[in-house]
Amino acid sequence: MSNLEFEKPITELKNKINELKKLAGDANIDFTSEITSLENRLTKLEDDVYSNLQPWDKVTIARLPQRPTTLDYIPLLFENFMEFHGDRLYGDDAAIVGGIATFHGMPVTVIGQQRGRDTKENIKRNFAMPHPEGYRKALRLMKQANKFKRPIITFIDTKGAYPGKAAEERGQSEAIARNLFEMAGMDVPIICIVIGEGGSGGALALGVSNRILMLENSTYSVISPEGAAALLWKDSALARKAAETMKITAKDLKELNIVDEIIPEIRGGAHNDINAQAKYMDEIISKHLFDLLSLPKEKLAQDRFNKYANIGYIKSTVIEQTKEEQHTHQ
Amino acid sequence: MIKDFFAKKKKYASVPYRQETMPVPDGVMTKCDKCKKIHVTKDIAKNQFVCPECNKHHFIKSKDRINFLVDEGSFEEWDSNFISDNPLNFEGYEAKLESDRHKTGLNEAIITGKATIKGCSTALAVMDSEFRMGSMGSVVGEKILKAIERCIELEIPLIIFTASGGARMQEGIVSLMQMAKTSAALKTFCNSGGLFISVMTHPTTGGVSASFASLGDIIIAEPGALIGFAGRRIIEQTIREELPEDFQTAEFLLKHGHLDAVVSRLEMRDKLALILQMHQPQEVQ
Repeated sequence: MSNLEFEKPITELKNKINELKKLAGDANIDFTSEITSLENRLTKLEDDVYSNLQPWDKVTIARLPQRPTTLDYIPLLFENFMEFHGDRLYGDDAAIVGGIATFHGMPVTVIGQQRGRDTKENIKRNFAMPHPEGYRKALRLMKQANKFKRPIITFIDTKGAYPGKAAEERGQSEAIARNLFEMAGMDVPIICIVIGEGGSGGALALGVSNRILMLENSTYSVISPEGAAALLWKDSALARKAAETMKITAKDLKELNIVDEIIPEIRGGAHNDINAQAKYMDEIISKHLFDLLSLPKEKLAQDRFNKYANIGYIKSTVIEQTKEEQHTHQ
Repeated sequence: MIKDFFAKKKKYASVPYRQETMPVPDGVMTKCDKCKKIHVTKDIAKNQFVCPECNKHHFIKSKDRINFLVDEGSFEEWDSNFISDNPLNFEGYEAKLESDRHKTGLNEAIITGKATIKGCSTALAVMDSEFRMGSMGSVVGEKILKAIERCIELEIPLIIFTASGGARMQEGIVSLMQMAKTSAALKTFCNSGGLFISVMTHPTTGGVSASFASLGDIIIAEPGALIGFAGRRIIEQTIREELPEDFQTAEFLLKHGHLDAVVSRLEMRDKLALILQMHQPQEVQ
């Protein structure tokens, strides 16, 4: 069991039931009816807690160290994965992994940001915060996919691009911008799945796709809740409030028409049963991929362009004026 | 006579008070925050807000920049009536937009339109850092998209002057997606053979730097402009070391291979005209 704050009442009740069971065994007293009633209460409590997760609760799930990563999903969703390394320009960034694999027998290119599963691996992976060479490796693999007509599937799981001196010197901005630009023009289907935290431009650099899918408890935002709170209210302690205000959950993004489909999660989070989780994902990814494969090749870039061209909330002052005029006429 | 003397003195005395926050106030005299020399404000304005003494490029309003840049009377503005909605229902956002509209006389952080520069037709988009720090939300994204669509239709080049702190926080994920939107539009423009010149001015950071600003066929910056992805303070906190003084300046980017040239504002019109002329459709002999 994880140490999630919202799960505390559930853990407490579970402990109580276990204690009672132990006591019943030790003292040979019949607590059956008490235990049954507590277990019923537990089921109700779990239903109640998990169906009312608040944005901040989801942030804590998305950030769990035991939350499945790109490399955890790859063997469950694909066969024959072979990892490819390096950007051919500078180095190999372990914060992004990529390679070729087969999906339902079809060759595909798979790319994702990769968190470490412990401190040692996190240091190696730079906590999934890529440098320019990571994005350039991803771009190299995407261009390769485009050449050989392989669909591209990306996993998003990063707090953001690494804010460091070397990253700036090597052109973090250009690396991200170039990926957005080139991904827009690809002639193969691109599906992006947000599996954990999707943080800002560093996440988007793998995210220009025909379909954006999001795991139910993942987040996708222009800035972290802590960053938003610091910037907007000069107080990073207001992160919980920012998580609500900034509309960063899968549900919010579906309502804003940015996410195409939410992939439901195992109760309490994907980490509770990754095998079952991968089955949910496989079903929804397949559906969208086969849908896109039915489009003519030359329509794919157009489909992607239209998706992003339509995102925006604008009103014009002319309409406002007309309204005002109508108002004065009345 | 005596009255005049006192009036002048009063205006003069107000200068040191404003020097730190506003390098070019509306006062008669202006002190350059770099060289500390005091100049007649009108002289600095005539010099395109570049300090005649030390070449520091001060803030310039988007409208002034357009006037200095284009052939007189040639600018025709597009989509000036676009104003932003409030997609996240962010508390206080509408009031902030309203107050910035009032303060700047602009409807949004970018002006787009077409003009001629020394006779060459071009589309021009100029960001204004006075409006919500030049941040990119729905309207900035949409105006750039519309400008690019017109460039393709009219077969004219596009010049964008960036001055932006990045994505607009109050529009959340919608503003992030404007990065993809503008970049996707530039890809279409690129495929059509169109010329895009990106001119980065102070400041060009975050989501604007990491999208259309870095995608020019030719990328130019003004001297001393701050250009980068992450903020200096965040980087210092992350790597726990002090950064060099010229870090993330135009000159630093030039040294690291990210810019084609650093061009003074005073030469910008000439240099842009030259580039435009060389990209005019040529008769094949």
